[in-house]
Amino acid sequence: MRPEITRRAFLKGSVIAACSIASTSSVARAAAAIKTGEPIATLIDISRCTGCEECVHACKEVNADKYPKPAKPFPKMYPKSVKVEDWSDKTDATERLTPYNWLYIQSATVDINGEKKELTIPRRCMHCTNPPCVKLCPWGASIQLDNGISRIDSDICLGGAKCQTVCPWLIPQRQTGVGLYLDILPAFAGNGVMYKCDRCYNRMARGEIPACIKICPENVQTIGPRDEILKQAHDLAASMNGYIYGEKENGGTNTFYVSPVPFDKLNESIEKGKGQPHLASVENSMATGDKLAMAMLVAPVAGVMGAAVRFYSMSKKRMIK
Amino acid sequence: MTLNDRITKFLYIITLTFLTLTGFAQMPIFKRYRIADIPGLGWLAEFYVTHSMHYIFAILLIGLAFYVCVDYFSDRKKEKRPTSQMYAKAVMISGLIITGALLVFKNLPGTPPYSPLIVSMLNLLHLTFCMLLLFYSLIILIIKKYLVQKTINDSDLLSEKKSYFQE
Repeated sequence: MRPEITRRAFLKGSVIAACSIASTSSVARAAAAIKTGEPIATLIDISRCTGCEECVHACKEVNADKYPKPAKPFPKMYPKSVKVEDWSDKTDATERLTPYNWLYIQSATVDINGEKKELTIPRRCMHCTNPPCVKLCPWGASIQLDNGISRIDSDICLGGAKCQTVCPWLIPQRQTGVGLYLDILPAFAGNGVMYKCDRCYNRMARGEIPACIKICPENVQTIGPRDEILKQAHDLAASMNGYIYGEKENGGTNTFYVSPVPFDKLNESIEKGKGQPHLASVENSMATGDKLAMAMLVAPVAGVMGAAVRFYSMSKKRMIK
Repeated sequence: MTLNDRITKFLYIITLTFLTLTGFAQMPIFKRYRIADIPGLGWLAEFYVTHSMHYIFAILLIGLAFYVCVDYFSDRKKEKRPTSQMYAKAVMISGLIITGALLVFKNLPGTPPYSPLIVSMLNLLHLTFCMLLLFYSLIILIIKKYLVQKTINDSDLLSEKKSYFQE
């Protein structure tokens, strides 16, 4: 019997085919942009996310070899108030960011046109354009790549968690009992290694897109050159009369969230806490430092001027004498 | 010591003290070792506060260094002769300023990323120059305070004894 193609099956097939062609071409475009080494950004369309956690599991799968493998028992640390942070027995946790979970889904219940709706938001490192975690790491363990990725080198990190303290979203997460500190002074300095999303830097170096973007069945994320992606974010926000988060936050990031509801509303609704970042507006954390750095250029001039004034007044005094 | 020298020395001591404190505060040690828990020292664990303070005192140190250099070379009478101590301190302070400037440049937005090795090396060099300057200054202070003072006292005592016998 000849298989009969119904109208429904035909339409379904066409939609799937169209989607795959569209996604393949967007992947090809992104891969081409990645190869050029220019700053790459991602656009996250919150209205499309269904919270299926495919991205979370894909992230865990491709980054499994980067996860910490701590040696136990952990060395004693002094003073005794220094806390051990151990996630090695909770590697499956997906309800927050951990050293074994660099991406998780946050949910918010909001009113859209008088209708209560649940929005789900993939959360991970924002990859700031001027990242405080990179700039302020005293050990050089946190680095920024030419393509805008900020990542923590687990071979160098001592786990002091300064990167977490200076991050406006407190993204990096610590695992005790692993890393370089074990070979130096484990009792007195360091406490493991900090972990966070590295936007699949190794995949991107091969011209592939990050796993969370590739796996997403709803095409929630788009990746490409920052200028292009920012324009897309504005167009999308305009089309849904929506809002953008990440463009101006902390002086600019390489992640743009687009939402149909204001982000302060989302921020009120989401669960916040350790490993669960907020969605509040963020001032540029490095702004004061950057202004003072510029003022540093004036310091030599001021010093020379001061000495010149003294020289002039001394010469005048000597002439009078 | 002239008033100018006194003011310069006072500013130098204040600047160096705060630069050392805020410099060490760039490492997460004051919270770990509960020094920030001491009343009045909580700011030492605030990275953005200590970062800004470090920059402010660095501005003062650079200004002061240029002031002292130009003032020295423009002094036609050359009242102060350079000592080996001055040369040693000049090398250490120059090292601090140069490595510090490179680190400040690294922190500016849009600066091409430094390699982790360069960042670690710059930080270690900056720390080494600081420790050298501190230890050197401490040793000089001890020598001045005890050995030189002792010699002066001894010579005073000797002259007193001499004058006693002469009488």
